[in-house]
Amino acid sequence: MKKNDFLHKHQKTLAPLLSLVLIILVTASVTPGFLKITFVDGHLFGSLVDILHRGTPTALVALGMAVVIATRGIDLSVGAVIAICGAVTAVLTVNTDWPVWIVILCALGTGALCGLWNGILVSVFNIQPIVATLILMVAGRGIAQMITEGQIVTFHSEVLDAIGNGYFLAFPIRVWIAIGLILLTVIVMRKTALGLFIESVGANVRASRLVGIEARLLVMSAYVFSGFCAGLSGIILAADIRGADANNAGLWLELDAILAVVLAGASLAGGRIYLLLTVVGVLIIQTLTTAILTSGLPVQYNLVVKATIILAVLLIQSPKTRQWLSGLFPKKEGDKKGSTTP
Amino acid sequence: MSNFVEGAQVVTRPLLKIDNLSKSFTGVQALSGVSLQIKSGEIRALLGENGAGKSTLIKVLTGVYPRDGGDILLDGNAINAADSGHAQRLGISTVYQEVNLIPTLSVMENLTLQHQEKVFGLISWKKAEIRAKALLAQVGLDIDPLRQLDTYSIAIQQLVAIARALSTQAKMLILDEPTASLDSDEIKQLFDLMRRLKAEGMGIIFVTHFLDQVYSITDSITVLRNGECIGTFNTAELTRSDLVSHMVGKSLEELAPSAHDHSIQRERKALLALNNVGKQRYLQPLNLSIAAGDIVGVAGLLGSGRTELCELAYGSVKPDQGEIRLGKHSLTKFSLRRAIQVGMGYCPEDRKQDGIVAELSVRENMILALQASRGWWSPISLSDQQGLVEDMIQRLAIKTPDMDKPIGELSGGNQQKVILARWLITHPALLILDEPTRGIDIGAHHDIIQIIKELCEQGMGLLVASSELEELVMFAHRVVVMKDHHKVSELLGEDISEQAILRTIAS
Repeated sequence: MKKNDFLHKHQKTLAPLLSLVLIILVTASVTPGFLKITFVDGHLFGSLVDILHRGTPTALVALGMAVVIATRGIDLSVGAVIAICGAVTAVLTVNTDWPVWIVILCALGTGALCGLWNGILVSVFNIQPIVATLILMVAGRGIAQMITEGQIVTFHSEVLDAIGNGYFLAFPIRVWIAIGLILLTVIVMRKTALGLFIESVGANVRASRLVGIEARLLVMSAYVFSGFCAGLSGIILAADIRGADANNAGLWLELDAILAVVLAGASLAGGRIYLLLTVVGVLIIQTLTTAILTSGLPVQYNLVVKATIILAVLLIQSPKTRQWLSGLFPKKEGDKKGSTTP
Repeated sequence: MSNFVEGAQVVTRPLLKIDNLSKSFTGVQALSGVSLQIKSGEIRALLGENGAGKSTLIKVLTGVYPRDGGDILLDGNAINAADSGHAQRLGISTVYQEVNLIPTLSVMENLTLQHQEKVFGLISWKKAEIRAKALLAQVGLDIDPLRQLDTYSIAIQQLVAIARALSTQAKMLILDEPTASLDSDEIKQLFDLMRRLKAEGMGIIFVTHFLDQVYSITDSITVLRNGECIGTFNTAELTRSDLVSHMVGKSLEELAPSAHDHSIQRERKALLALNNVGKQRYLQPLNLSIAAGDIVGVAGLLGSGRTELCELAYGSVKPDQGEIRLGKHSLTKFSLRRAIQVGMGYCPEDRKQDGIVAELSVRENMILALQASRGWWSPISLSDQQGLVEDMIQRLAIKTPDMDKPIGELSGGNQQKVILARWLITHPALLILDEPTRGIDIGAHHDIIQIIKELCEQGMGLLVASSELEELVMFAHRVVVMKDHHKVSELLGEDISEQAILRTIAS
């Protein structure tokens, strides 16, 4: 009974975790060597490390997206902001002799500024988030192209190289950066009242205003944070290829990020979000992508297979399916009832 | 009750006959055994306070809710509408308070939405326009049917809604508070139309909160209270004070003077002072002062300005004139957060919309106001939260399995207690309660009244708006009576009785 109780209480947490484990196990049985991790020159290598490495930019963007979605918003512009910040990084590195840390600060600042623009449109001018951020989604790539003057700007910088592909304590540096920001965000959201306020505003803005929560500022800062995260992601992606590609950097990344937040059990109608589960959601998406690429499946199947599996995960999580499943197995339902009513 | 009209009309068959209609929602009896009859060419007012069952009756009548029992006969035929579209085809059309049209479509499209004029299976817009013009003419409107609906005033939209309701050979027209957003000229226009329809033999049910309108347009009045039909009366034969006492459930004669001690503490300094506070189209300017340990009640019918007074006093709606002072602070320019910091608290009327954050836990809901006044960077530690919340759960006898349960899963009474606890945790100097006992069970009702009395003894100032006069008489030291968005009177000490309040409302 006690075990059942635990399962019931943590159902929401377990679903994405189990999905991830399942996907990894299935892939491992299809692709030999998928779970193999080798230790060479103080670096870890293997498909699993590769998943972490490649998942980093999406994880960062999803982190910001989760906070925005908690406020009952959405940020479609993150892919374009990645392109802008990548372009800023590249152009400043090539055209100025500023120290690298100033270049990085400029790029991060640009990201935050893009977020501020979205935030002002949403919370001051009350434009619907999907429309407000669509503006920058479209214009952003144009801005990035203007910054790079339509070229793919390549650069060389040791620090940026390290951010893109370097290692620290056996793991890629960019993974450490992501872990750092994720932990910082969790601490700020859960160890101060910020998370409570943001979720409260997203779930019921009228009630939140009446208890004195200043919703407007909170919503605006959520977008600024999302822009900042996209900026960091943009620096990493530019550093990875040692260049800024205004057309393709971060393309469609916003959709993966939204998907990860939803996989983690959040509702697009605002309210509760689950930051660590969002990271699990990112890992699910990245594992699928890597698995399909390494499985030897023809490239053209990639997108359809990925979409099908994600659909399956979402269906498993939907309350309707659960109802239907428990209808199929009435005995199990009885067990559950027994455990919830003491 | 000699002025029942039912017995008088055996000769003519009623247009609409409702017999012994019942409807309950999970344990709450919303309608019990309601019977009424309406003749053709009769305008019937349907009156009652909030929760009396007016809207449930209309929704059962038009098939929005299935009924539990009883019969509905239209023109002698038993009908059983499956939904409002079906009801309309059967001959019962409804116009709701919020205009139920699509603002971004043209007037013509709105009018022909349910039934398009077709030629060879395709829509003929030419025919549609002719039909739309005919429908508009029926309600006396001469407007361009091709213009987008929301370019017209609310009054015209309301008339368009009626035109659409009439488009299906309606025999019965139900108007659910159609005048709430209309000015006096527009109301006159609506009443002219109603008289014309009446002359054509239509039966009309008119739901409103404005008693003046009831007396100027209706032939008869049906009063509902707590889901029961209190009676049907000829408008001409029913005095206003009788009507009000039927609505609130107390007859003036029955009421003995209350034994409650209303001792007035005049000498104490005002804690909250409203000086000439008002807002255009919202609340007429008024004065009010509340001392520490005072309970001031706000009485009045629905729509009289009770909630508006609470909102202005709290500061969630800013007045455009006058000054609000709490102790030594002038609140007029304060943000809500500042007002809460200096000791304001407010339990809103609409618990679901404005009170609870349904998906957050009981604990989070309870600490929300205190946390908001401290700011996000100064979190209350989890153990402090648990202490505060556990305390309140004990003190207010809140029934919840644990404090981390989402508040949306609690019963109404327990949700209300959590919201009350949310403010008690902030130790307010002045607490404003708007309908603190609405929609909660009897046990919780009693508990909340006890809490209000205790808070007053501890020296808190309270402003309590309620539609339950019995309640106000029980605890209020003073009662402010509201009518048509202004303060008509303030009853003090010995003068407070349900009788006196009713008389003031009806005057």
